[in-house]
Amino acid sequence: MIYSLCLLLILVGLYGVVSSGQTLRIVISLAIVSHGIHLLLLLIGYREGGKSPIQDAGEAASSFAAASVDPIPQALVLTSIVISLGVTALMVALCIRLYERYGTFDVTEIRRLRG
Amino acid sequence: MTEVLALLILLSVVGAIVAVVTPNLLYSVISVGVVGFLLAIAFLLLSAPDIAVVQIGVESICLVLLLRATLGREVDGGAQRPLVGVAFAVALVAGIGLFGLQVFYEFPEFGIPAMERFQDAAAATYLATGAETTGAPNIVTAVLLDFRGWDTLGEGTVLFCAVLGATAIMRRRARRKDDAS
Amino acid sequence: MLPESYPGMGTFLKTVIRWMKGPILLFGIYIILYGHVAPGGGFGGGVVIASAFVLMTLAYGEPYTLEFFSRDQALTLACLGLLIFVGLAWAGTWAGSGVFFDNLTAGAGGHRDHLFLTALEIGSGLFVSGALFMGFSVLMGHHEEDEE
Repeated sequence: MIYSLCLLLILVGLYGVVSSGQTLRIVISLAIVSHGIHLLLLLIGYREGGKSPIQDAGEAASSFAAASVDPIPQALVLTSIVISLGVTALMVALCIRLYERYGTFDVTEIRRLRG
Repeated sequence: MTEVLALLILLSVVGAIVAVVTPNLLYSVISVGVVGFLLAIAFLLLSAPDIAVVQIGVESICLVLLLRATLGREVDGGAQRPLVGVAFAVALVAGIGLFGLQVFYEFPEFGIPAMERFQDAAAATYLATGAETTGAPNIVTAVLLDFRGWDTLGEGTVLFCAVLGATAIMRRRARRKDDAS
Repeated sequence: MLPESYPGMGTFLKTVIRWMKGPILLFGIYIILYGHVAPGGGFGGGVVIASAFVLMTLAYGEPYTLEFFSRDQALTLACLGLLIFVGLAWAGTWAGSGVFFDNLTAGAGGHRDHLFLTALEIGSGLFVSGALFMGFSVLMGHHEEDEE
């Protein structure tokens, strides 16, 4: 099932967050988790053989409502993708600062150097 | 169509596994770019063209940001954290995965949208009356800016705060003033 | 040595990008303005405009892009976009039915049907492009050797 594959993507990202040895890899794994969640939201709203929720000029409302995919998950995912870019930029700024302070990306090294 | 979609998601899972497991950070960054672009094609197949446009643009900018943090720095570290063993991480993730699979048993079939499950779903009303009520044939835009405009305002707030936070973290001048005084 | 401390990236790339940045910006503005009939809207258009500036930073280097469109101007653009958005959202409360986020010109018929939505899109697109370019340029323009 497609839902299981999507869940596998989220789980791979979660495994990366739990067991990463470098700060930048944690950021990358969080990006994978958010990709998987966006995909899951869109999979929930998909209609088999449906068209995108943009109404053509002369189309009747009832046939359009019966043939198009769900528009609400698409609206949610649209804002979420842009927000995740902003938050990824924030986390990368933190990683760059950590590298300049401690000289490494390695998490155990940073903990050792912090004392 | 479902088979093509399943193949795309499977390739993304392979890319994600490579991104998490490989010891070199540069390969990891490239793999997460692969995952993002494959997902953009998957979004296009799921009849969501606005989201495909946004995903491609965002993935390109995100790749450049991650590469900026990676290039010129030592990238060959260990991939695993020694305190958290591989077995413990796999067991934790497998436990969460079993819970997730139980949730998916309750879902409808793939191909029936969520608005069909509920009698008075708001999405059906939006689709049927959206174009005349808001004046926008693009129902996603109508939902984002008219029906659910509050959420877009919240998105603006969050993005603004994130960018200001990144600016504040990378600022040098304030600290230098404090050191000199 | 970080790559952006080199002055630009070669003559061929600079020539190509010099001709391409106009159409890319125009494409982004098109996506914003036609957001109500075609796929896109404020966020897609804002991301495309920000990626045009990212392209310029990669090809020409950080100092040239900053004198083209400095960080203060980007922040002003982002704040202006957010102010337009919130101001239009408040406009429904003052000038009409007292409902927050009221769509003022809907149902007016003809060409004025989608004016309100297009104005909201423009505000949103300005905000997203300014904010993303600001966030990108503070991360790019920070050099290690400028540290004490």
